[in-house]
Amino acid sequence: MLRSKQKAAAEAIAANVSALPVDGRSPWRDARERFLRNKAAVVSLVILALITLACIFGPMLLSHSYEDTDWEAMSLAPTMLNGHYFGTDELGRDLLVRCLIGGRISLMVGLLATIASVTIGIVWGATAGFLGGKVDTLMMRIVDMMYAVPYLLIAILMVTLLGREFYLVVLTITVFSWMDMARVVRGQTLSIKSKEYIEAARAIGVSTSSIIFRHVVPNLLGIVVIYTTVTVPGVILTESVLSFLGLGVQEPMTSWGVLIEDGTGVMETTPWILLFPAAMLSITLYCANYIGDGMRDALDPKDR
Amino acid sequence: MWSYAFRRVLMTIPTLLLVITVCYLMLHATPGGPFDSERKISAAVLANLQAKYHLDLPLWQQYLYYLKSLLQGDLGASFRYADWSVNDLVANALPVSLAIGGGSLLLSVFIGVGLGIIAALRQNSIVDYLVMLIGNLGSAFPSFIIGPVLIMIFAIWLKVSPAGGWNDFQISYMVLPMALLTFINISTIGRVMRGSLIEVLNSNFIRTAKAKGLPMSTIVFRHSLKPALMPVVSVLGPLAISSITSAVVTESVFSLPGLGKLIVNGAANRDYTLVLGLVVLVTVVAVVLNLLVDLAYALLDPKIRY
Repeated sequence: MLRSKQKAAAEAIAANVSALPVDGRSPWRDARERFLRNKAAVVSLVILALITLACIFGPMLLSHSYEDTDWEAMSLAPTMLNGHYFGTDELGRDLLVRCLIGGRISLMVGLLATIASVTIGIVWGATAGFLGGKVDTLMMRIVDMMYAVPYLLIAILMVTLLGREFYLVVLTITVFSWMDMARVVRGQTLSIKSKEYIEAARAIGVSTSSIIFRHVVPNLLGIVVIYTTVTVPGVILTESVLSFLGLGVQEPMTSWGVLIEDGTGVMETTPWILLFPAAMLSITLYCANYIGDGMRDALDPKDR
Repeated sequence: MWSYAFRRVLMTIPTLLLVITVCYLMLHATPGGPFDSERKISAAVLANLQAKYHLDLPLWQQYLYYLKSLLQGDLGASFRYADWSVNDLVANALPVSLAIGGGSLLLSVFIGVGLGIIAALRQNSIVDYLVMLIGNLGSAFPSFIIGPVLIMIFAIWLKVSPAGGWNDFQISYMVLPMALLTFINISTIGRVMRGSLIEVLNSNFIRTAKAKGLPMSTIVFRHSLKPALMPVVSVLGPLAISSITSAVVTESVFSLPGLGKLIVNGAANRDYTLVLGLVVLVTVVAVVLNLLVDLAYALLDPKIRY
């Protein structure tokens, strides 16, 4: 009797709810709308997407190659003639193609090192946060140690000893880029762990794995996305610094840092060789920073 | 406080040991020994040389010898520069780096705090926008772009400064590199100071002080400055570490004969012992700086009880 009454009530409620116009607003939809309202972030996203597309497809469409010398046009100023739109460097190589190829390397290093360091950071931070106690203390001490180390010098040592292959540069950068994420994820995990809804889930007998995947991970995701976008410019910058110091990828392969270093040497006579790669790197960093800010505002409503 | 200081000092030891050990093992894992040169050395001479540098011993004993010589302040011999020890090279390069790096850090603390105060007191004024602009520029344009731009403007167009190089602490050669480093640091310090002072000025005890009718100068300098400076002190440690990075770049941009240039050249020449020695030295400096900042923080902030 009682049960059938309850059932009837539940059905009535369900009927009522389904009769209402459905307008569910997931937090992600909220966040997307907030992000799209942020003009600077959207513009940055579009510019960054254009730069990325240009770096991927540009070299295929342009007639020059990044390593071939145009003997008739060395240190040529930017011109519409013969297709050297950014001019050529002192060896007669087309600067536009080199900028795009360099961008490929810089963005690729940025992407790979970000994925790697974000993964390490999440696993490290989540483990420390979940396990707590002595393990947590030890793991976070290691993070503290990594912070106290002047990373560029160790990176220089690693590149000196290991070599300058592309994947070694990625590895070197990754080693010193995961700590921010680890700290943040640990903090977030700790605070989520003690939330009432986790306690409630536990009390009604939800299994640990579904607590982790249904309740903890989605709440970590926001902060992970924010810090991933913040990591990208930092990683690209580190790669450029290494390349600028002559410790990144090797000739004839190039990256923005290498191009800027080349340009610095000849800026007195042919400033555009410095100007174009410097502008591309700066615009990329600027856009990435704005996107990071936009993500923070969109995903962390408390912070506004 | 003392027990905290003691524990904090003890904590630096594992950090240093870890860095030294990892670097040493990495160095050891690379192929090739110091005496593998094109000129063949006779077996007897090689054996003598190896015995002299303890290279015939097992790895852990070599490592202990290395630690011992480090404790005695000996960073070893350079791989590439014959007859030069790492200590000699450091002795030549360190004053340059100290003058440029230390000088600009001091300068940027004063200028950054000053600008931050003005920006916080006059929100949305020209100085405020200037501080925000410097902050934005400093975070978006890396030092190796700002540096060449400075050279282009001041050395090539205006011709008021040498484009780089070093002439025995002559001021004109120090201005541009110091300006670059100071600019980068101001962007951090200025922003932090502005933010923290605004927060302090909005707090209750400042409202009380205003209600009592205290003059603004007293409120700012007697009541607000100390609490507002705390976040600045806390960023000084990370800032000193990142200054080391920007100092390496700066010395490279302006071709200054400092530690940064030394380590970059060492890396390019694959001078393993030189790079290792410099990494160990700078790590020690960085860890000690961090330690001092932490201790200063604990000393200044009465809220922190350990």
